[in-house]
Formats: sequence, structure tokens, C-alpha cells
Amino acid sequence: MQHYSGFGLIKHSLSHHENWQRAWRNPTPKKQYDVIVIGGGGHGLATAYYLAKEFGVTNVAVVEKGYLGGGNTGRNTTIVRSNYLWDEAAHLYEHAMGLWEGLSQDLNYNVMFSQRGVLNLGHTLQDMRDIHRRVNANRLNGIDSEALDAKQVQEIVPHMDCSANTRYPVLGASWQPRAGVARHDAVAWGYARGADAHGVDIFQQTEVTDLIIEDGTCVGVRTNRYGDIRAERVGSVTAGNSSVIAAMGGFELPLESHPLQALVSEPVKPILDTVVMSNHVHGYISQSDKGDLVIGAGIDGYNGYGQRGSFPTIEHTLQAILELFPIFSRVRMNRQWGGIVDTCPDACPIISETPIKNLYFNCGWGTGGFKATPGSGHVFAASLAKGDMHPLAKPFSMFRFHTGALVDEHGAAGVAH
Amino acid sequence: MFHIYCPHCCEHREEEEFHVKGQAHIARPVDPEALSDEEWGNYLYFRKNPRGLHHELWVHNAGCRKFFNVTRDTVTYEIKEVYKVGEQPSVVSPADKV
Repeated sequence: MQHYSGFGLIKHSLSHHENWQRAWRNPTPKKQYDVIVIGGGGHGLATAYYLAKEFGVTNVAVVEKGYLGGGNTGRNTTIVRSNYLWDEAAHLYEHAMGLWEGLSQDLNYNVMFSQRGVLNLGHTLQDMRDIHRRVNANRLNGIDSEALDAKQVQEIVPHMDCSANTRYPVLGASWQPRAGVARHDAVAWGYARGADAHGVDIFQQTEVTDLIIEDGTCVGVRTNRYGDIRAERVGSVTAGNSSVIAAMGGFELPLESHPLQALVSEPVKPILDTVVMSNHVHGYISQSDKGDLVIGAGIDGYNGYGQRGSFPTIEHTLQAILELFPIFSRVRMNRQWGGIVDTCPDACPIISETPIKNLYFNCGWGTGGFKATPGSGHVFAASLAKGDMHPLAKPFSMFRFHTGALVDEHGAAGVAH
Repeated sequence: MFHIYCPHCCEHREEEEFHVKGQAHIARPVDPEALSDEEWGNYLYFRKNPRGLHHELWVHNAGCRKFFNVTRDTVTYEIKEVYKVGEQPSVVSPADKV
């Protein structure tokens, strides 16, 4: 793998940037792998990367039906934070946060991780009680978190209407300074390049059409392009399509797939240098380095795989954003799209063994998977490498919906759900 | 954006008047005391979530406030059929037993 550096940039400029090495190979599959990862999004590629790099399992295939990062990885609003309420979730997301902080160096790929802070606004007295509770829980778990009053919020975001005259006045917020945003495409590409360099085979435009199951054990996948590919273990990381893969294995998951919409405005001059989220008025907003305002909200309530949602959802989102930022009322929206998120009843992921032996699932991240990409990949890789779930993944077994040990993160999961 | 026919009002109305309540035809346990943890979990949380035809419960909450069932394609979002609670769908996918 060619090492990226400032010097390399100068060197390649001499040849008009025409001789850059391909970031990853386009291989043909072997008959047998140690591990097959279904799904070439951020989580799947991170899983493959850590399998090869940290756990020494280099005979790995990633099978992606579209192109890398073309699903939710390239469709989310790129917010990264770890201020979750319960210990199990907080530890998992904070594990991811730790990896985010060294990710660009680790991958030798600039993922543009910008720790610009995230505000979660409170608009009612109960909001503020919940915020104080969550901030205290975060601090006990060693996560940076502060409770701010309206005046302090106004200082951080001077353009936001924090006056008492609005319909839902901002009473305060929780503030995580280490939180922020990252470049979502770069995360997929960086992990793909890193995994490829460690010997992982990545197959794009290769759809898994069935699982090969012999005597209750998963021994590989059937694909539309390369026929059967066999493996010791199979990990499914297919987000919104997880229930479809589960159906191939003959079982159901406690998931519903919903469209989640986002939109960006035309690029404007720098005006918002942090991330603002509000559960109560239902919207979140940040500004990308390119200048566009990146806006998202809750899911569309119906099940859907169509990667698009209904207009009223967008309308409600923009009503919320304009309530907070009347200054944006004349900003024109540029693009709008939807991704398919797999929501779990307790707003926490599933990182789990399944009723089928040697088949593992990493799914159920719902509306908040991007922030967990490195941590999710890392703990799932550890689990796949050893055939034994990583301690951080154990509380997120799919069987918690049988035992009742749910991890209710509806408060911290934020706007959606 | 859906234009949904309410079988109680006998009229098409905009999606905004309705609310979707998830998978239809989930039978309540006949003998709740006898259920195992697994059966309870399956009843409460595990769902079909198909890519294709889906039978789901909707409520006309800004209209007549009555419940009814919709058969809808979850990929094209096309509504195939609307029928009242207690009735069985006539449009079903081959793999699907209601």
C-alpha cells in the first residue's frame, strides 16, 4: 500500500496526479475464507480491517451488493458522540470515541474527524432533569459531559434563538466537547484501503442471495456473481437489510427497517461551528466543511426499504430547525435523501450470536450507527476472530429480548426513534 | 407521501391524518401464564420486517380514530389493499402465511 503523506502529494503533482495507486484491489474470490463479512459499509469494512490488523485473521472477504459506503455510511449526518445513559451503551460508544480520536493516523487516511462539540438541547423542565441525569451518568463513566444553561448555550451558538419568546424556549443543554463530525465517505474508503492492505478481499456489486447452512451451521454464502463462497464464520453487517439476511437463516430479528431522511442546503459561509440536536423540537443540524447545512430528523413511521421517505417528515424537520434558527429561513435546500435504518425496540444495537451456529449479526444500530463505526467494527471483529462475543458486545445479544435485559437508550439515542 | 383510503370513512385522505402501528395480525397469547420467556419475547419484539409485501396496522388518528389494516410493498411503497381489522388480506406473497 502506498503511504499517503504531504511529500507524496508534492511528488504526484509532478506527474499531474495520474499515477496514484488504486486504493484497493478488485480480486476474484477464493473457495474458502476464515471469515466472510456481509455488507461493505463502514461497520462491515471496519470489522474486516480490525480482523486483519488487530486479530490476525487476514483470510477475510467482504461481500457488498452495491458499492462501498453506498448505504447508510454515505447517507447519515456524520455526528459522532458517546454521551449515552446506561453503562453498557456508554462503554461501547466511548470505546468507539477512543478509536475515532486516533483513526486518521491509524488508517493513514484523513477521515476529517472534527471534535467541534455536540449540544443536546432541553426545552422543558423534564428535558433538563433528564439532561442532568445523563450528564452525571456520563461523568461517572469518564465521558466528558456538561450541563449548560440557556446563557451558556447562547455563547456557544450565538445565531440560535435562545430567547424566552419562542414556543419551546431553550432552557439549557448537555454539551460533549469531544463529540463532533467526520467525513463519512472517507471512513468507508479509509477502512476499505486499510483492510485491503492487510489482505482482505473486497467484492463490490456482489449480492448475497442465500446463506449456506449445513446441520444448523452456517458454512458460507451464495452470491449472484461468484456462486458459493465458503467460510468458517459469517458476520452479517447489513443495517436496514438485516431482517432479509436473517430470513435466509430462517429466523426473525426484533428489528423494523424504516426510512430516515436527511437534507443539505446550498453551501453558505461558516456560521455554525458545532452540532446542535434537539429531541424536543425534533431536529439536528451542523455545517459541513464545504459550507452546506446538514439537517436530519426522525424516521418515517412506516416500514420501508425504498431509501426514500415522505415529505411531511422533512417539513416537520425544517419547522424545528427554523424554530431554533430563524436566520436560516431563506437558505435553500439543495439535496434530500433517505437511508434505511434498522431500529431496535430499546434503541440499542444487536451484536450477537444467532440461532445458526457460526453466523453472527451486527445490526440494529438504528438511527445512530455512524458514531459507533470504529467501536462496532472492533468488538465485532474480536467476536468473529475468537468465536466468542467481546465483553463490550455481550450485553447486546439478540437474546436480551427473551431474557428482558434491555438497554433502554431512547433518551440518549436522540431525535429519532 | 401516501394517499390512504380509510375503510371506515370510505374516503382517501393524506398520510398526515394517519399513524402506522406496525405489523398486523399479531395474535395475543391465548394463555399468557403458560408462555415461556422466549415466546413472550417473540410476541413482544420479534417482527417479520419483510422486503416486499407487508401487512400493517394503521390508525386514522386525525380522522375517525379507528384502526384498519394495509397491505403495502415496502420497496415501492405501493398500497395494494386496505381492509378492516378482523378481515384477512387477499393480496399475500407466496412465502407469507398470515
